[in-house]
Amino acid sequence: MARFILRRILQAAFVLLVMSFVIYSLIGLMPGDPIDIMIASNPGATPELAAALRKIYGLDQPLLSRYGHWLWAAVQGDFGYSRLHSAPVLAVLAPALWQTCKLMLISFTAAVLLAFALGIVAALRPGGPVDALISLFAFAGISVPVFWLALMMILVFAVDLHWFPASGIATVGDGSIRDYARHMVMPVITLALAQTGGFTRFVRASMIESLRSDHVRTARAKGAGEGRVVLVHAFRTALIPVVTVMALNFGSLFGGALLTETMFAQPGMGKMIYDSILGNDYNLALTGLLFATLVTLLSNLLADIAYGWLDPRITLA
Amino acid sequence: MSAAVLPRTDAALSVWRLRWRRFRRHRTGMAALAVLALLGIFALAAYPMQWFGGFDPDATDLLARFDPPSAAHWLGTDEAGRDELVRLMVGGQISLLVGLLATVFGGTLGLLIGIPAGYFGGRVDAVLMRFTDGMMSLPLLPLLIVLGAVDLTKLGFSPEFARSGAAGFWRIVVIIAIVDWTSIARIVRAATLAVKERDYVRAARASGAGAADVMLSHVLANVATPIIVSFTLTVGRVILFESVLSFLGFGVVPPTPSWGNMLNNAQELVTTAPALAVYPGLLIFFTVIAANFLGDGLQHAFDPRSER
Repeated sequence: MARFILRRILQAAFVLLVMSFVIYSLIGLMPGDPIDIMIASNPGATPELAAALRKIYGLDQPLLSRYGHWLWAAVQGDFGYSRLHSAPVLAVLAPALWQTCKLMLISFTAAVLLAFALGIVAALRPGGPVDALISLFAFAGISVPVFWLALMMILVFAVDLHWFPASGIATVGDGSIRDYARHMVMPVITLALAQTGGFTRFVRASMIESLRSDHVRTARAKGAGEGRVVLVHAFRTALIPVVTVMALNFGSLFGGALLTETMFAQPGMGKMIYDSILGNDYNLALTGLLFATLVTLLSNLLADIAYGWLDPRITLA
Repeated sequence: MSAAVLPRTDAALSVWRLRWRRFRRHRTGMAALAVLALLGIFALAAYPMQWFGGFDPDATDLLARFDPPSAAHWLGTDEAGRDELVRLMVGGQISLLVGLLATVFGGTLGLLIGIPAGYFGGRVDAVLMRFTDGMMSLPLLPLLIVLGAVDLTKLGFSPEFARSGAAGFWRIVVIIAIVDWTSIARIVRAATLAVKERDYVRAARASGAGAADVMLSHVLANVATPIIVSFTLTVGRVILFESVLSFLGFGVVPPTPSWGNMLNNAQELVTTAPALAVYPGLLIFFTVIAANFLGDGLQHAFDPRSER
């Protein structure tokens, strides 16, 4: 087990390293030029000055050498300055990461609970009317564009009904928890609904299979009550693939968070990455993307480990 | 002699006829197929509307911005006074075409990686599948946004091309294809593993067929079933990606309409002309949900073990 985990960690580290180079190269291909942006507001700038700056910042060097310098600094914790925020990248990133984690954790928990409830109920009578209704809901959840769902929420609950604020994380001057929570309601519901559909289908499929298996029949034959059979015997075996799939879904959760934050103007990682790419904030975009990759890789790693831990039959050679 | 007068039995039907029979009984699958056909007809209806109705998707009329539905503009006009209905139709052509093309390209990539991985096994398999795993563990949307933001002139394309509508269209097809091939690669690999030790594949090898030959003629033909299901589901996902990227401004560039970029300034539309924020999203939603139900139906039709 320890060897398996170690190997998976090394693999994840390798993927992260490769991705850091790929993202570094891609950022270099984004529109605009850091030196041009720097001297754009200086009318006295000459081509000589630009060349001199290029040399100072090492931009005249080949890609690999620039990447090497960046990597060396990054390993030491120096990710550079954010152009848009005029602050060190990490200082900008930390609060945004916290904001996104809150949004993702609350939505993920809500989505998981809802999916378990719906998936189990649907699996009790596959093909019945309740199952059909839940399946329709699940398919709708998979198929709706997240940004459009957010838009419709704004249209109905903010513009028409005035129940919840359309954007931001708090009203200026109102520091109450209630105000804070009101701002979280729509983003959380949007992101949770976007995840629930897929999860429900997995729970349902896994439960149907589990309810047909021998050990569940044995439990019934033994005289265990139906509630106990479903919630203890069947559910426990059904849980294993479901947990894995949910953890593997983290990448799409992050994508959903990016859209939700952008639509509801919440200062999280996703919106920050989007704004930094639009605003030519190369350092911030690069570091933000790397953190997003890191978080996704970590969740996948946890999924692998959890899978081996939950199911002792899986050999982790 | 007597065999000639025997009635045809199910056994005489080809496997595809059988599958079609099974699929026809799948109500939601058939409904999804009908919805997709209608959406296709809707998108293509832009041509008769333009040729015979005199509608022009690009004709602006600044005196008629946000007009309500009328005899001249059946769904009203958008923020530049363009006819909303015809733009929805043309945008549908773009969105559906991106969905199909990116799926075909990404699927081809998935085949090129999945079949050799399953067929050769060993080291080839390990390298290709670790690559696939790495790709699968990446946050797709942020990656697509960076790829969408790449300045084409820095890749050596002419500025004229980089600004053209064609560049916007092909760029989004290519970037989705190079990111979204992993699920097809894995499905194809598993299917190849299952097929490669069958007797007829061994027989082909024994009679001297090369690896490329076997993969192309025997393995490919037999992994068709899972691929068709996977393609259908991928088309839905790609259309979602297209809409998101175009909405964020990294995909199909205006004035070329797509269902995604018609929602570009939807945040303002919500207060001024809510209907304009609703139509494109509804069309995306119906297309993707129909693709998902179709994939589900095909899966049932292709899998003899499934019960309904």
